Amino acid sequence: MTAYLLRRGLVCLPTLLIVTVIVFLLQVLLPGDPALALAGEDRDPAVIAFIRQEYHLDQPLPVQYAYWIGGVVRGDLGQSIKTKTPVTELIAEKLPVTVELSCLAMLFAVAIGIPAGVVSAVRRGSVWDWVANAVGLFGLSIPSFWLGIMLILVVSVDLGWLPASGYVSPFEDPLQNLRSMIMPAFVLGAASAAVMMRHTRGAMLSAMRADYVRTARAKGLVERVVVVRHGLRNALIPVITLGALELGQLLSGAVLTEQVFTIPGFGKLIVDAVFTRDYAVVQGVVLFTATAYLLLNLAADLLYFAVNPRLRAEVG
Amino acid sequence: MTLVATSEPIAEVPPTRRARPIRDRFLARPSAVIGALVVLLFVVIALAAPLVAPYDPSGTNWSAIRKPMSWAHWFGTDDLGRDVLTRVIWGGRASLMAGVVSVAIALSIGVPLGLIAGFFGGAVDMILMRVTDALLACPFLILAIALSAFLGPNLTNAMIAIGISRMPIFVRLTRGEVLTVKVEEFVEAARAVGNPPLRIMLRHVLPNVLGPIIVQATLAIATSIIAEASLSFLGLGQQPPAASWGSSLNVAKNYISQAPWMALWPGLAICLVVLAFNLLGDGLRDAFDPREV
Repeated sequence: MTAYLLRRGLVCLPTLLIVTVIVFLLQVLLPGDPALALAGEDRDPAVIAFIRQEYHLDQPLPVQYAYWIGGVVRGDLGQSIKTKTPVTELIAEKLPVTVELSCLAMLFAVAIGIPAGVVSAVRRGSVWDWVANAVGLFGLSIPSFWLGIMLILVVSVDLGWLPASGYVSPFEDPLQNLRSMIMPAFVLGAASAAVMMRHTRGAMLSAMRADYVRTARAKGLVERVVVVRHGLRNALIPVITLGALELGQLLSGAVLTEQVFTIPGFGKLIVDAVFTRDYAVVQGVVLFTATAYLLLNLAADLLYFAVNPRLRAEVG
Repeated sequence: MTLVATSEPIAEVPPTRRARPIRDRFLARPSAVIGALVVLLFVVIALAAPLVAPYDPSGTNWSAIRKPMSWAHWFGTDDLGRDVLTRVIWGGRASLMAGVVSVAIALSIGVPLGLIAGFFGGAVDMILMRVTDALLACPFLILAIALSAFLGPNLTNAMIAIGISRMPIFVRLTRGEVLTVKVEEFVEAARAVGNPPLRIMLRHVLPNVLGPIIVQATLAIATSIIAEASLSFLGLGQQPPAASWGSSLNVAKNYISQAPWMALWPGLAICLVVLAFNLLGDGLRDAFDPREV
């Protein structure tokens, strides 16, 4: 089992290495001289010469990459051109906000998606199934930022129930933090709820056709026990791993939600960096997100391994 | 969220159902037909925008700023007095074009690479799949934002960014399908009579893997339309004063309490066209894969 875990972990390394190459090569896309692009408005030759030397832009690309990856391995993602703050520091400052938002969104997705998927599968062909499918399809078709704008209009502007924007740290005021995060978390989690609903429905339909469910029914167990203890428990195995992957998607989806609700998180960091042409921050955020996504993928695999006794028995 | 089309063997399908052509199976699903009709309607309106739009999309009117819905302006006017209906119609052009072009970019790179990886295998396959894995590890929107940022913010670059970000899915899908098809007897037969690899790939393998790719492409247009709207919403896609649903929503969010119609109609248009593409994609998947029916 340990060998399996190690092997699975090692498979990530070449992928991660290629990710670093892709992220590094992003700067090649900059039109014209990267030093000029990095200098922005400042066209002072001395500044441009300094930037060229500072970022090793006068060296061949492989040498530049070697310098850059050397820094990355030591945890140095460079520094913001605008604020001169280390990129890792900026990420560490903004990340907790986005993680909180993504976790709350995942709670919404699980709380809505899994029960809806179960009901839809168990009552296949009924009105409930039709409604759940229709809502699921709409959930996949509504852009999150538009859903956010519409909810602000109804919930904040018309009804005045929740704040339209802003963020309060949970350490300052937990209740106010929850009030400011409910709507963004719902908006962010809506699409994931739809995905979870569809997958849970599919997994439940398969599970409810399985021999062990027929056996459970033949033993005379009540339907609720058959559904929950035999159907749902088995159907949840693939859904749990899907949850880990969806969490990665939520981290990137937070970009739009944070923009709509003016939440100072990770997503807002990359958007602001794009507009201030702070390319080191953009590269740092992409690299960090890709690494987090790879790790979540790995976690999903390990989770699948942990909750699936058959797979554990096969690997030994 | 990524919807990946799959192709299952059709051995268990009853003969009568298997014999039904794809078109009949597609037409038997009302939701798919409705989806196709709505897509067609949007395409016709987008193509005929200069004829059907009641006003000039960039024509400002300072005496009609943020006017609500009326007979003169069915969807109201925006912050510069421009007719919202006109801009929704013209915005459809940008969104549909972005959806189709970005998927075309993804297909034109992803399908050949997937064909090569699946058909030849070995080191080529290994290298291509590691690069694909690395691209798939970068979350789609973040990668598209980064590419748009480095390429420069405009609609063309947004389409390139979305296309490149979408491409790995097609590499993976095509490779998977090729791996299934290349061991079929008709491919063996084509090889046995001395056909060169390129001919086998293009004449015998490619036509037999197209079904799932078409389905995935349809679903990818839906997500690409949302992606273009997202990039334009962030200011990285279509630039003002050109009309785009995403950039209209970006402006509208600042006037949500005074002029909610500015946000309502472009958003509804996105929802409707994306929903239509999703219904069309689901219908095509079921038509190509009879076990789903």
